[in-house]
Amino acid sequence: MKHNSKNKKNKSPMIFKYIILTIAAIFILFPIVMIIFGTLKTRGEFMTVPYTLPIPPNWGNIKRVLTMPIFWYMMRNSILVMIVTTVGVVVVASLSAFVFSRIEFRMKNMLFNFFTLGLMFPVTVAILPIYLIIRQLNLINSLTGVILVQTAFQLSISIVILRNFFMSVPFELQDAASIDGCNNLGFFWCVLLPLARPSLATVAALTIVTSWNDLLVPLVLIDQEKLWTLPLGTMQFQGQYGMDLSLVSAFLLLSAIPAIIFYIFAERQLVSGLTAGALKG
Amino acid sequence: MNTKGSKEDKNIKLLPQTNTFTWQLQNNMTIILFLLPAFILLFIFLVYPIFRSAYYSLFNWKGFGPAVDYIGIENYTRLLTDKIFLKAVKNGILIVIFSLVIQLPIAMGLALIVGRDIPGKAFFRAIFFMPYILSEVITAIMWLILYNPNPRRGFLNAIINIIPVLEPQAWLADTRLVLPAIFVVLTWKYVGFHMLLYITGLQNIPRDIEEAALIDGVNSRQMVTHITLPLLAGTIKTSIYLSIIGSLQVYALVWIMTRGGPVNASEVMSTYMYRYSFVRFELGYGSAVAIIMLLISLTFSIIYLRLTRNTENVS
Repeated sequence: MKHNSKNKKNKSPMIFKYIILTIAAIFILFPIVMIIFGTLKTRGEFMTVPYTLPIPPNWGNIKRVLTMPIFWYMMRNSILVMIVTTVGVVVVASLSAFVFSRIEFRMKNMLFNFFTLGLMFPVTVAILPIYLIIRQLNLINSLTGVILVQTAFQLSISIVILRNFFMSVPFELQDAASIDGCNNLGFFWCVLLPLARPSLATVAALTIVTSWNDLLVPLVLIDQEKLWTLPLGTMQFQGQYGMDLSLVSAFLLLSAIPAIIFYIFAERQLVSGLTAGALKG
Repeated sequence: MNTKGSKEDKNIKLLPQTNTFTWQLQNNMTIILFLLPAFILLFIFLVYPIFRSAYYSLFNWKGFGPAVDYIGIENYTRLLTDKIFLKAVKNGILIVIFSLVIQLPIAMGLALIVGRDIPGKAFFRAIFFMPYILSEVITAIMWLILYNPNPRRGFLNAIINIIPVLEPQAWLADTRLVLPAIFVVLTWKYVGFHMLLYITGLQNIPRDIEEAALIDGVNSRQMVTHITLPLLAGTIKTSIYLSIIGSLQVYALVWIMTRGGPVNASEVMSTYMYRYSFVRFELGYGSAVAIIMLLISLTFSIIYLRLTRNTENVS
């Protein structure tokens, strides 16, 4: 893009660009850094000198949170819900995506529209109807209810992403497989799924983040303390210990760490999932 | 679908033509069995509850026992004349407008810088996108601490205290400041996501178009306004649509930071619905709110689909 002849003119815009980027980066990082500082301070330090470097660091808050049984309950519940939801979404969505991408049948378009209804109704908007049905099914105060709802609402976008990928697999492969005596199921299992691993990872990454961060579904469906997930528990924790900001900071930091670690390792899958879902949905 | 071209002798007995009937049957079984799980989940948790809610919205119902107190469309007339609900709608529109005029241009600006070959682009991208993966709960509590009105504790006021002309503000307790204050947090959290969409859009623009323009002597501003932005039109539409749907979804942030207050100044539709449904347990009325929200998001989705399908046909 940059042409050598313009080198001189481009020097100052370059610096200008970095100034903009740095300002934006400071804006983004600031709250996170503050939480880290706050975590490493005592309650008293947080009240008197909240913005200085935490020297010497105080590990007391982290230790306190890590020894709270409730923190581990939340962690366990969040992990459980996240894993089951993700497996459910990947399995159920890839089955449907296979049919919509590979088999011709009557009313296919109509059915596909039905399967993408979830794109039009975000879970926030439908939370009251969901609460009513979950109550009818007697699944209030059970993680199963949370898992089922999160799975259902993640299906549409996952089916769209997977269908697009499955369609890009050449049809010749299917023909070759059928000549080798492979039926639909065999083709799906032995050829398509192994090929589709990157897109399955993309869908999984998207589901993991959505499930992990979801507040509303557990908030509405769960009120037993032992069944709280991390976001729900974090909100309650803030209500309970709101005065002790350094402890709250430690709690925030520790509940954010799994997400940040995940982000570092799965950035590519996550990014491709988000953009594919948004741009093709 | 074209199996005829590639037959091989030894496999002839396995070819579909030999027993079309079994193949057809197998196909149909696959279709039904494979679609069934998703169909059931979507039906039970999406379609059925919505119709059920539409039904309850015609009743005065507190959520216990069967709904018997039929009141017709009274919930809807009450809702559409309720000043607080109208305030919530207005706040939603304001958030969308803020997004369009402030958040999306910032995202676009960052994408134009970071989407190119500039040293350190991956680093900055990763930073800008990071807030998106933090939950709204964590985000809200973090900013609650920053917005603390006491200048000794809230960072924002601490900075303002240093600057002589400015006075510390009660950010979240001031009816005029609360919505902009929440909007700053929304921008903090979502600007990276929109930036990412634009970067993807930019990557899809063929390089040779820009190179041809450069040869024709186009300067960088002309390049952005006459070439890059028009080519990004599809992506921009998507990100506008997502902002609109997103503003309907803003719940956790507002509820944790302000509960829609002070005096409903930061009320949005989802907090309004939550309050009536799950705090006051007026489930009939809450259902009416949910149905209106569903209609709004459905309307925008349909408009959006129409718009994007049209452009797809053109290009």
